[in-house]
Amino acid sequence: MTSNQTGHRKKLLLLCLLISLAMAGLMCRLGYLMLYRSAHYSAMAEDLHQRERTIKAARGRILDAGGTVIADNRTVCTISVIYNQVKDREKVIETLCRELGLEEAQVRKKVEKRSSREIIRTNVDKETGDKIRNFHLEGVKVDEDYKRFYPYDSLASKVIGFTGGDNQGIIGLEVVYESWLKGINGTILTMTDAAGVEIENTFEDRVEPVAGNDLQISLDVNIQKYAQQAAYETLERKGANRVSVIVMNPKNGEILAMVNVPEFNLNEPFKLNHEEPAGLTAAQKQELLNQMWRNPSINDTYEPGSTFKIITAAAGLEAGVVSLTDRFSCPGFRIVEDRKIRCHKVGGHGGETFLQGAMNSCNPVFIDVGQRLGIDNYYSYFEQFGLKQKTGIDLPGEAATIMHKKENMGLVELATVSFGQSFQITPIQLVTTAASIVNGGNRVTPHFGVKAVSADGTMIHEFDWPVKEHIVSPETSATMRHILECVVSEGSGRKAAVAGFRIGGKTATSEKLPRSLKKYISSFCGFAPADDPQVIALITIDEPQGIYYGGTIAAPVIADIFQNILPYLGISNSSDTP
Amino acid sequence: MAKKNKPKRFYDYSLLFCVIFLTAFGLVMIYSASSYTAQLKYHNAAYFMTRQLLIASAGLVVALVISRLDYHWYARFAVFAYLLSYVLMIAVSLVGQKVNGKRRWLGVGSVSFQPTEFVKVALIVLLAALISQLGVKINNWRAMGLVVFLTLPIAGIVAANNLSSGIIIVGIAFVMLFVACKKKWPFFLCGAMGGLAMVTAGPLAFFLEKIKLLKPYQLNRIHVWLDPEAYPRDGGYQVLQGLYAIGSGGLVGKGLGESIQKMGFVPEAQNDMIFSIICEELGLFGAVSVILIFLFMIYRFMMIAGNAPDLFGALLVVGVLGHIAIQVILNIAVVTNTIPNTGITLPFISYGGTSVLFLMVEMGMVLSVSGQIRLEK
Repeated sequence: MTSNQTGHRKKLLLLCLLISLAMAGLMCRLGYLMLYRSAHYSAMAEDLHQRERTIKAARGRILDAGGTVIADNRTVCTISVIYNQVKDREKVIETLCRELGLEEAQVRKKVEKRSSREIIRTNVDKETGDKIRNFHLEGVKVDEDYKRFYPYDSLASKVIGFTGGDNQGIIGLEVVYESWLKGINGTILTMTDAAGVEIENTFEDRVEPVAGNDLQISLDVNIQKYAQQAAYETLERKGANRVSVIVMNPKNGEILAMVNVPEFNLNEPFKLNHEEPAGLTAAQKQELLNQMWRNPSINDTYEPGSTFKIITAAAGLEAGVVSLTDRFSCPGFRIVEDRKIRCHKVGGHGGETFLQGAMNSCNPVFIDVGQRLGIDNYYSYFEQFGLKQKTGIDLPGEAATIMHKKENMGLVELATVSFGQSFQITPIQLVTTAASIVNGGNRVTPHFGVKAVSADGTMIHEFDWPVKEHIVSPETSATMRHILECVVSEGSGRKAAVAGFRIGGKTATSEKLPRSLKKYISSFCGFAPADDPQVIALITIDEPQGIYYGGTIAAPVIADIFQNILPYLGISNSSDTP
Repeated sequence: MAKKNKPKRFYDYSLLFCVIFLTAFGLVMIYSASSYTAQLKYHNAAYFMTRQLLIASAGLVVALVISRLDYHWYARFAVFAYLLSYVLMIAVSLVGQKVNGKRRWLGVGSVSFQPTEFVKVALIVLLAALISQLGVKINNWRAMGLVVFLTLPIAGIVAANNLSSGIIIVGIAFVMLFVACKKKWPFFLCGAMGGLAMVTAGPLAFFLEKIKLLKPYQLNRIHVWLDPEAYPRDGGYQVLQGLYAIGSGGLVGKGLGESIQKMGFVPEAQNDMIFSIICEELGLFGAVSVILIFLFMIYRFMMIAGNAPDLFGALLVVGVLGHIAIQVILNIAVVTNTIPNTGITLPFISYGGTSVLFLMVEMGMVLSVSGQIRLEK
């Protein structure tokens, strides 16, 4: 037995040696995993544990000239479900369907999807969010968030624009000033357990969001409201397609109002502002929405018609080819090369001075001025006045001028251009050019943006807008003011007169293409006070029914607007001044 | 034995201390690993720890009582316990309580136990008794065949129910036979074959699956083992989470209680995967310390077995030694993804009432053997 026991002891020792060897091997394996591979696994584990949550930055507000908030933020909720935490799936589905008004199949798909977090619906109003939170459903998360809110609903809708689901600007100023408004999102890095529940009292890395800057614009809510009211009245009275009004400060290009009726509700931008035709496809609906969102003052061009005579007159005066007392004669038409171009007054205006021709809006007079300038000269003034370029307004999608190429321009084309036909510009281009001619000759950049201020009111940035000086001489500018004041006081723009104020302006009635349709755009461009313009306004009425003469239907609307906004702007009644 | 002449006897207090220390350390780790999930599930952070504490305390009392008994007395129950093993295993396969789809628990209501743990003890006693009866004859092929014949059927039944327990039972018999026999080469041959199978696991498993010896899910386990990061969802999840825990421990760990992986990432962190939480919280330092304590324990077993008054006592201790060594090695190997994943608990530390109770019984037996070592020359 003894020998056998020695044998046992030897085997026992061997066994323990092997066991020690195995354990030593495991220790090496551990050392490899815990030292050499440590960084790798730690990083993977961290990745698994940390959850990055975005803290949305509050988007900057948009303030009008007087500081009234016209684009604000409202707290809304995002409803989501966390699969691992949901206990009673049926109850969750049922409750969410009921409270959010969603279809069951859609909700069920999301609730039953194995994902860490499934968003059921965003932009749920706070009331509904609170209600859902109060059900205390396990696995249902209600996160608060900001949503854009427009207190004035449809006011200046096509100018201000709206934001999308991620609070990004989609149209209008919201797009152009995106970088100033949006701010910088913050993040919270939290540790979570396997079910995705955040672990309390653990290290939390937090990067605070930076709120966006408020944008102060030149638009004045009161002027905008008044202009909008006047536009809607005209729209209804004249059964027009659209009515647009631009009110601008001619000295610096600040736009005080830009109305394009019908407007749409900025708080429901995806709802058509007219009755939705039945059986629309998604693409058709989108097309209608795009049409609704268009800002015709900027995105669409038209033949300006007689209002463009302001430009022809200014060019003629500046070039010295015509003076106020030059005499013309109008037989009711003018023959240019082989073409007979008619005046709007069939019988003709007879003999008249240049000033009278302007007051009568006589086509042959302006054809003559154009012919005196010649193609080269006319074209160079066209460019000098800035008509070939875009105005540079701070709104997206400005349409370019559609003009004859200089080499294709003959005398007939020159004649039609002279009184505002056969080419197209945007309303904003017309009003800006007119403003630049009457303001002393400085081409301004039309704009809304004034400055960006932080939430506490500190100035962040003042926007600077280029001015091209001396596109016409101050003398020409003064003459033009005189001519245009005469147009209103005694000429075709008489209906724009406002008692006690000196108003200047020019009417227009443009025939839409094709001419055979007999559709018109009536417009009037007016400014006040005529001797020192502080406000200029352009109204365009698209396809009015019945009487369509600009002098008859457009001029009185501007008179009405001026009557109300001139005192508001502190422009004194001229009869008060001695 | 006359009381007056009572010879001076040895009692292995360092082993006893070792057992108590490991169990207490286990309780701390169970609390650390399970408190978060226990709080969520049972609203009692100490749920698992309290249960383990009660059973371990009872087990310790049982161990101390057993250690006072003469171990030769157990031999009488060897055959009975062996037969009882069959009864229990068959019973559990038929009427056992289902947990996670497997019938592994026998009992009524809250009182239940895993018969596989009983089988281990019964087999150790039976083989120790048998081999000591056979004496030198054990070196004969026939006697060795008898041992294998007694082991394999019960191991087979256990393996059908719980593969890893079956492996452990075969391992225990293997170790006991290895120590008892003079022969070496059959054992080394087995060991070499095992090693070869490990090295060529990938292609081998693919081949075995093709000839339908291996089930597809088992093949999948092999794939997961070879590259867990490629299977983060199916199968690789547990292994990968364990590796994350181990890897993020570093040299000195995150500190006791600071594990993140226990928060539901490592499934049932208090069970088989508890070693990964030890690694995460106590680092390489803590993990190596735990292994060293087990090594010390094995060293104590070796000393007791080597000095046991007779072969029966020695073999009892060798059986226990084999049992603990195999479980420790396999558990750590699984957790570190050194071998394919299979459920093996870490003795004394992992949560599990049956396991700790029968381990205590085994400790009682070892202490009883140690108590009969005469110190006089």
